[in-house]
Amino acid sequence: MTPEQFFDLAILISFGLSIVAFIFTIIRLILGTTLADRILSLDMLVTLGIGFIAIFTLYTGFYAYLDMAIALGLVGFLATVAFARLLMHRGETNDTPAGDKLEDIEDEADEAISNPSGGVN
Amino acid sequence: MFYYFLGSLLIVAAIFNLIAAIGLLRLPDVYTRMHAASKAGTFGSGLMLVTIAIHAGEINIASRALAGVAFFLLTAPISAHLLARAAYVAGIDPWSGTVRDDLKGHYKDKQGHLSSDDDKD
Repeated sequence: MTPEQFFDLAILISFGLSIVAFIFTIIRLILGTTLADRILSLDMLVTLGIGFIAIFTLYTGFYAYLDMAIALGLVGFLATVAFARLLMHRGETNDTPAGDKLEDIEDEADEAISNPSGGVN
Repeated sequence: MFYYFLGSLLIVAAIFNLIAAIGLLRLPDVYTRMHAASKAGTFGSGLMLVTIAIHAGEINIASRALAGVAFFLLTAPISAHLLARAAYVAGIDPWSGTVRDDLKGHYKDKQGHLSSDDDKD
């Protein structure tokens, strides 16, 4: 095997490993359990995307793609910062669906109507 | 020999990215998953950009790739720290097997203001 052939094979192997990493990250994005896990998965997707663009740059030999990777890193950083602020000000941990939360509010309202002297808890 | 070196570097970087994704999938809570995503993931994608810098052999492309690595190494810890703090302030509990939590009881409100020692008595 000539060195050039080995390098082409290494690029293909790296593509394959990166795709498996993408799949694992997307499984975590879907499973989640908390909002923070999903934000972390999005951050990881950006990181993997930069790596994928780097491999693609070597695959095509067209170095202009490198600027795209740097721009993606910048956008991903700003997205993570914005999501972290959202998480901090949203302030709740369990991802209950919006419908369930509405039912809780309705239950509290019913109690307040049926028991007006109950006071504020 | 040069291409053997570059190919091995690329495969090692892709394996690091894969390890980061496996860690993201397998670790128990958001704080431990952050270790995998922000350390192994950053190293993997950074190593791919370094591979481009060595492969190009031109100063203008290599400097762009290394600037991308430097930017990446600057932003990844910041976003991870920001996300971890936001998750803690939002009240996401660490894994039940966590041995030590030095921040326990030190946040006095949901806006993330630290309580000083004067407030504690």
